Amino acid sequence: MTEKSEYIKFTKEMKRDYTILVPTMLPIHFKLISNVLVSKGYKIDFLEATDGDIKESGLRYVHNDTCYPALLVIGQLMNAINSGRYDKDKLALLITQTGGGCRASNYIYLLRKALKKAGYGHIPVISLNFGGLEHHPGFKISVPMLYKMLYCAFYGDLMMLMANQCRPYEKNPGETDALVRQWTERLLEENRDPRNMRYKHVKENYRLMADDFAAILGDTVRDKVKVGIVGEIYVKFSPLGNNNLESFLLSEGVEPVVPGFVDFCLYCVYNGIVDFDLYHIRHLKAFGSKFLYKYLLKKLRYIRTMMQEHYPNFMPMADFDETRKKIDGYIGIGAKMGEGWLLTAEMLELVGEGVNNIICTQPFGCLPNHIAGKGMMKPIKEKNPGVNIVAIDYDPGATAINQENRIKLMLSNAKA
Amino acid sequence: MKIQDSKNRISDSMVIGIDIGSTTAKVVVIDKGEMVYSRYERHFSQVRRKTLEMIEAIADLLSGRSFTVAVSGSAGLGMADAAGLRFVQEVYATAECVRCLEPDADSVIELGGEDAKIIFFKGGLDERMNGSCAGGTGAFIDQMATLLGVSNTEMDELSLTHEQIYPIASRCGVFAKTDIQPLINQGATKADIAASIYQAVVNQTVAGLAQGRRIDGKVMFLGGPLYYCKGLRERFVETLKLDDEHAVFPEYALFAVAIGAALYSSDGREIDYEELTERLRISMKHRETISTLPPLFRDRTEYQAFTTRHAAHNVQTEYQGDYKGDAYIGIDCGSTTTKLVVMTDRCEIIYTYYSSNKGNPVSIVREQMNKIYDLFGKNLTIRGCAVTGYGEELIRTAFHIDYGLVETMAHYTAAKFFDKDVDFILDIGGQDIKCFKIRNNSIDSIMLNEACSSGCGSFIETFAKSMGYTVEEFARQGITSHAPVDLGTRCTVFMNSSVKQAQKDGASVQDISAGLSLSVVKNAIYKVIRATSPDELGQRIVVQGGTFMNDAVLRCFEKEIGREVVRPNIAGLMGAFGAALFAREHKKDISSVLNAEEVRNLRHESRSAVCKGCTNNCRLTVNLFNGKERLISGNQCEKGAGIRLSDDERLPNLYAFKRDLLEAYQPQKGRYKIGLPLALGMYELYPLWHTVFTQLGFEVVSSGFSTRKLYQKGQFSIPSDTACYPAKLMHGHIETLLDENVDAVFYPSLTYNINENKGDNHYNCPVVAYYSELLAGNMDSLSRTRFLYPYLNINSEKELTRGLYGCLSAHFEGIAPAAVRKAVREGVAEYKRHMGRIYAEGKRAVEFAKAHNKRVMILAGRPYHIDPEICHGIDKLATSLDFVVVSEDSITEDITPPVLNVLNQWTYHSRMYAAAKYATEHDDTQLVQLVSFGCGVDAVTTDEVRAILERYDKLYTQIKIDEITNLGAVRIRLRSLIGALEERGS
Repeated sequence: MTEKSEYIKFTKEMKRDYTILVPTMLPIHFKLISNVLVSKGYKIDFLEATDGDIKESGLRYVHNDTCYPALLVIGQLMNAINSGRYDKDKLALLITQTGGGCRASNYIYLLRKALKKAGYGHIPVISLNFGGLEHHPGFKISVPMLYKMLYCAFYGDLMMLMANQCRPYEKNPGETDALVRQWTERLLEENRDPRNMRYKHVKENYRLMADDFAAILGDTVRDKVKVGIVGEIYVKFSPLGNNNLESFLLSEGVEPVVPGFVDFCLYCVYNGIVDFDLYHIRHLKAFGSKFLYKYLLKKLRYIRTMMQEHYPNFMPMADFDETRKKIDGYIGIGAKMGEGWLLTAEMLELVGEGVNNIICTQPFGCLPNHIAGKGMMKPIKEKNPGVNIVAIDYDPGATAINQENRIKLMLSNAKA
Repeated sequence: MKIQDSKNRISDSMVIGIDIGSTTAKVVVIDKGEMVYSRYERHFSQVRRKTLEMIEAIADLLSGRSFTVAVSGSAGLGMADAAGLRFVQEVYATAECVRCLEPDADSVIELGGEDAKIIFFKGGLDERMNGSCAGGTGAFIDQMATLLGVSNTEMDELSLTHEQIYPIASRCGVFAKTDIQPLINQGATKADIAASIYQAVVNQTVAGLAQGRRIDGKVMFLGGPLYYCKGLRERFVETLKLDDEHAVFPEYALFAVAIGAALYSSDGREIDYEELTERLRISMKHRETISTLPPLFRDRTEYQAFTTRHAAHNVQTEYQGDYKGDAYIGIDCGSTTTKLVVMTDRCEIIYTYYSSNKGNPVSIVREQMNKIYDLFGKNLTIRGCAVTGYGEELIRTAFHIDYGLVETMAHYTAAKFFDKDVDFILDIGGQDIKCFKIRNNSIDSIMLNEACSSGCGSFIETFAKSMGYTVEEFARQGITSHAPVDLGTRCTVFMNSSVKQAQKDGASVQDISAGLSLSVVKNAIYKVIRATSPDELGQRIVVQGGTFMNDAVLRCFEKEIGREVVRPNIAGLMGAFGAALFAREHKKDISSVLNAEEVRNLRHESRSAVCKGCTNNCRLTVNLFNGKERLISGNQCEKGAGIRLSDDERLPNLYAFKRDLLEAYQPQKGRYKIGLPLALGMYELYPLWHTVFTQLGFEVVSSGFSTRKLYQKGQFSIPSDTACYPAKLMHGHIETLLDENVDAVFYPSLTYNINENKGDNHYNCPVVAYYSELLAGNMDSLSRTRFLYPYLNINSEKELTRGLYGCLSAHFEGIAPAAVRKAVREGVAEYKRHMGRIYAEGKRAVEFAKAHNKRVMILAGRPYHIDPEICHGIDKLATSLDFVVVSEDSITEDITPPVLNVLNQWTYHSRMYAAAKYATEHDDTQLVQLVSFGCGVDAVTTDEVRAILERYDKLYTQIKIDEITNLGAVRIRLRSLIGALEERGS
């Protein structure tokens, strides 16, 4: 291991009265997940601001060739620190870290550099990772907490999936979003009581939640043009990252289809197995990964089956194990940096579900996406005639009009 | 003109199409299938008013009729929304038009102001637009014409008389500019440059848009540039090998989108003239919210205070009476402009000149020297003459100038004249931004703008012209702006689209001018200097360069950093003034500069040639003065200049050494031919794979070092144009191997690189690791052979054997596990020997430097940066500047990694950190980092390498390289580095 410059650790004492700022990528998911931390006594605050100068702040503090997600996240955090809303001596930041071969693993260091540059070197930055990259005495995630977080991710995916399918068809404008808010509140409230995080109860909630969404959709035929969104995880999900892509698509009268967040988790887990299969390294990790993969898959399949049996008017969640196999003949399972093969797999999954129009979002100059995104479009189009894919670059200088114009081109072919 | 509508939609009605592009508006009216009206005008960003005017102009034609109408074009979207008119995406409209008018067309190429589009009709409809990197469009051609100082028409005419084509980067307008500049300065003819610019546009279209699909059959060419530029047409036809029958340049090329929109509208609601004009009027009122900024000046008094304050920093420039006595001449032959001053002993300026190069600096300087001799005659005793800038060598040789000095020194000398304690200089010129920090009376660090931080003066100039203003008038407009628009700060192309957005939203010229000024300033502060606070710049700031003569820019800068700065009244002449001051400091009895008669008789010819010194085939420009004195430029090494060095004189150069090592591996006859593409990760592991396959009885065919030709061979199958150049070269390497009829091509997928225990992990970057996946998916030609790209573990002989055996035995007969095991053992041993040779040569180079008292340069890149086509001879340039050149891997064998602020997880990059540490431990060693454009990983490493060096007070130099690199700029950088080192006394 390379010796690292000392970083400020999040201590047990800090846990008492520090506010931890968390950037949001997926508002629903992250709120629910971090609620698990709140129930353990952490003070968490979400950054949902999307005001104009986030990009500018980002540009000021990180290298302008750095990927756009890092720039936005850091800009958002720096703006929050400078906003005067927080006591700067009682503040910590939380950021996720995957540790893969993509430069995204370096976000946390870029953030620390930015803090130092701005004179906030004393603010601790907590790395949320599952690879043992860093340790903070005041910040530990136990196995039960992990389980809970997992359920939250499933809740989030189910809600997002069904909401996306209701929104374009809702009869009373805004009712889908109101329902999402209502359920988010309800889960936040409920989950304070650990007993409500038992699987049995969670399963009951799945049904209740699904019933509510199904009531909005009713038996409306989902006949609008469907457009899939795939890509680099941050710009794919975050409205700040993709200039409100989903609302733009809704205003164009199409139904956006966004593969879920759990897929990305499963992808990360599965890569632990692949490392052993291909290179015979890290046996222990592979063993654990295999177990975890099966476990997650079972939970995922439960929701899928539930949707298929009880809510046939909705497109169910994909079976990840099937999605994974779709890449055969396109890209190797060893291509695991960034979104890697998952990106290709998701495009193929969408095509398989009849979603032939796909927007592949990526930060300008995203390395893995050169290969798994833009690099796979030709073979996908060749082997699946009629597929309509457009790659859209996002970065601080790109204007919405250029992006929208290209999406409109894709849509005019989709509708024709 | 008759419009054949196959669907018979418009046979008995009137349809109108309005197409609003980035610079022009087009209207067509089709009545009963007959195009009865068409009009094409520049809209000067007054999109909505212009549309209304154009419709009002045909009131007679429209009144009393009902018709359908649709709007198209990139700037038409906002207006269509505001006016409640139908909108159709322009590529879709084009396809609609072509389907009706030219049903047998196979493909369409349409170039617009800032967009480029391709439509393929046959074999599955495919419509494509350029992505967010929009080089090679109409705006690009406009900029290039400005650069050459000719109108678009003149450029077109010139191009038709060209004799040869120079390579010009086809991706990015900014890169193209850096390629053209040296050509201009080296005296290449304008005709050749003009044709080369068009060729660059063609290459961009073919490579960037077609992405693997061949453009053939009947091709339609549409849009303004293709309608007007015959030279561009010629380049397309020649490149695509089309005959007259298959290259169609229709009369309606300008109106295709408008016609398409009109056709598209036909199934919509009918409206009449009154309703249409009313709707357009409504759209003019409706101004969308755009993000704006506070005005530059609150009121007139604030502006006056500002101008008075800046008037204080003046030198005497008015020439009064007949000056008699000693004089010094300073010339700054810059990239776009030539500046010249004549100065007295008391530093008064008695003559100045500032003008565009117009592509021929020698004739401009000659003209000026003539003028000076005419004006002052024998009254002047010229005691010194100095020249600086891009054209330094050329002018110095032509006119026998006493001194040549590097630009940075010239600027510092001049700035010191205005503020002797200056600690920061910012120079924004037409084409480049230069910043120097001054510490202890010497230049401490130099920052230059790069490809994606390129907004400079010429950018404002081009915009001013496209909106119909002179630069001065445009600047005055900006000062009166009430709400400058926020245009973002990335590259000029992105700013173009921001302006487009602002135009769409109805921003005024004043607001756009002020917004552009601010963008240029922000670009300089946040992208080039990369400062977070004004204090990082310095306490005593001098700003200069022609762009700062624009008060709007100056004001924006002061406002942005919140500090008052010094702008000399000769801001645009500082380089020349500095040169004159230098000449004065080093005065002679009499200058060696050509006298009046010699200047009059100076004959200058230039011709181009190709160097035959080695396989690099550098394109040379040979300048001949008076038929005897020669100056050769364009060469990468001394050979081009006709100099022969003996072995003892040759400085160690690890880059050359490593190239020689690789070339020593020769193929042996074998049962099968296996091709190894010499690109990306193969550069380092070639000894390993060559040995393994030779041992297994294969004949190993290498694709050899890259050349420009090789690149072009594979260019058409590149799907992601923004990937780094080393990766894109891979396509050419594969094609080269296929031409050799190999039985298989081998480029393994290596997630993990060699583990040298220098970091937290030992990954390859995603591109090096998985580029083979992309090749397999995008290169159809690979189906002619077997493409082997197994995922392998190269850190364990056992695992490597297992993986290789699995892969090879599936494709070839007679592969035994034991043979593979033995081959792998030999291969790994050979790889270790290979690295050993590199370490040994590294030691020898360092010792040589000590013994001969030379400076050592670590040219820190990746193993594949030794490719002559990737590093463009920078290694040779460095040795010609008296550096011993070592590579990052040759000196870091036993260096433990330094303390880092980042995750150290890529093998190649770990070496770079270690090399930086090595540099901090050795006084005679400097580190220069090579960065390939588009390298995402280097966004992390560059900052960290700089931090390591600066912690120990070492200078950091970064050179960005791409398809083409301007060696002239690199030379200035390296000479500035030497200058700074000399001043520091190290």
